[in-house]
Amino acid sequence: MSLDPATIRRIASLARIRVEEHELEPLCHELNGILGWIEQLNEVDVTGVAPLTGATNMAPPGGAGHQTMAMRADVVTDGGYADKVLANAPERIGDFFAVPKVVE
Amino acid sequence: MMLTDLTIAEAREGLRAKDFSAVELTMAHLHAIEALNPRLNAYITVSHAKAVDQARAADAALAAGEARALTGIPLAIKDLFCTAGVRTTAGSKILGPFVPPYESTVTANLLRDGAVFLGKTNLDEFAMGSSNMTSAYGPVENPWKRRQDANAVLVPGGSSGGSAAAVAARLAMGATGTDTGGSIRQPASFCGLVGVKPTYGRCSRWGVVAFASSLDHPGPFSRTVRDGAILLGSMAGHDPKDSTSAPVAVPDFEAACARGVKGLRIGVPREYRSDGMPAEIDALWEQGVDWLRAAGAEIVDVSLPHTKYGLATYYIVAPAEASSNLSRYDGVRFGARETGEDLSDMYSRTRAEGFGAEVRRRVLIGTYVLSAGYYDAYYLRAQKIRALILKDFTDVFRGVDALLTPTAPSAAFAQGEKMDDPVQMYLNDLFTVPADLAGVPAASVPAGLDANGLPLGLQVIGKPFDEETVFAVSAALEQAAGFTALPAIRAGG
Repeated sequence: MSLDPATIRRIASLARIRVEEHELEPLCHELNGILGWIEQLNEVDVTGVAPLTGATNMAPPGGAGHQTMAMRADVVTDGGYADKVLANAPERIGDFFAVPKVVE
Repeated sequence: MMLTDLTIAEAREGLRAKDFSAVELTMAHLHAIEALNPRLNAYITVSHAKAVDQARAADAALAAGEARALTGIPLAIKDLFCTAGVRTTAGSKILGPFVPPYESTVTANLLRDGAVFLGKTNLDEFAMGSSNMTSAYGPVENPWKRRQDANAVLVPGGSSGGSAAAVAARLAMGATGTDTGGSIRQPASFCGLVGVKPTYGRCSRWGVVAFASSLDHPGPFSRTVRDGAILLGSMAGHDPKDSTSAPVAVPDFEAACARGVKGLRIGVPREYRSDGMPAEIDALWEQGVDWLRAAGAEIVDVSLPHTKYGLATYYIVAPAEASSNLSRYDGVRFGARETGEDLSDMYSRTRAEGFGAEVRRRVLIGTYVLSAGYYDAYYLRAQKIRALILKDFTDVFRGVDALLTPTAPSAAFAQGEKMDDPVQMYLNDLFTVPADLAGVPAASVPAGLDANGLPLGLQVIGKPFDEETVFAVSAALEQAAGFTALPAIRAGG
């Protein structure tokens, strides 16, 4: 599997990162270098192996078996300070984040 | 002896004995920062006034007999931890204007225990790098110098390069870092420090700018193993705000440092003996084995068969998680914004302008491996191999108490080296990545010097939630190594 400039353009658009035409070739080269190196994973036999999806499968305190992630009571524990939440907004209108016009 | 040369344990005693005040101790560090930071660039932000205020409060607490574990101890905070009212950049242009209104749990724990924060330290952008060269705020100079080539500017390692350089040069008594693929242990090795990556879940990630959530581990930098134990004891603890934080008690890590290694079984994994590893690193490893054997440990040859696949696995899992985590930087709620023709164009320009080359590279890789048609071939396969890597550790820990390996495949390299090929840079984390993927605790301890007089670390890896054994073995190595070498650039040096 190797990336071509059209694929780079597609994933850059999925990632919402603007990539200029002249950057496509060098990016292709870099990313293919990394993906080529990653191909070594195809040597590993993963038949019947369950994927490790995250932290709860790792490091159970006190021994073997899998930890279960704790559930939290579904109650409001925080909030009520719109000014703090909006303090870092690049642009705000009243108590709202403002963005460029979406609908003409 | 200068105040900046004291260990945290010594400074704590000196403060309690009123040999010096917390303000004096903090001022000594602020002066050192003023003198050396323009050259080293270890700090992005120095919070002078806030530090002095905190030191005054510490003196008041000491006078009232209310001293806590870190009262009056000046620390540096990696600029990835959100600090209320103090700019937090993550080393990125996109967070340049960001001033968090809240405090991360780890830094809140340190403040609860009386610590003084000198400022925020430099790092690779979003903690993505092994040299601190990807920071939008400029590279950091390693305070250590090559004997033969003293003009070469060496990297401190990364991503927590500023924290490591600050503690090594005595611009802080200790520092926080984060380790996703080796970002505490590799810079600790490069700068002659102790660096501890605890078990996943031991330290809360709440308020730490996220890179790869299943791999990010906050942990401490220090000049001694005991200081590392003191810092981790304060940083750790269950936090309901992080659903992956473990609801387990924090043991007395400091006491564990004195346990010794008599009767412990120490595994030496044969897969860590990589081709092309410098002979002096191999020799230091052998030396470490001899030290532990002499201290009463039993040495066992062990195998972690999937070690060689750790890095490639990491370079799928970490970018995948990063591409998701970094989607929040869209110029809407916080951070920098570029203007665009419409909303979508604003997002794309903001992210193109705000992210550096390495971050863009990883977000694109992550987007690709998660995209329709490639998910199974890349991401799912990597998660399965990650399970096999965890199983390697689980199996081996049935027979041994801890593992001993080198920390990094080389000593500190010069700025500009290994920059042409991303994969060459990634290879730095060969020995550190497996412990991140498995979530097991690990520490790097300064153990010797290379032919050029640069520090080299040995790595101790332990069982999940058994940092105590990691500290015991690390302290034994520290004692045997008697590492007293000092970096060329340091306060009063």
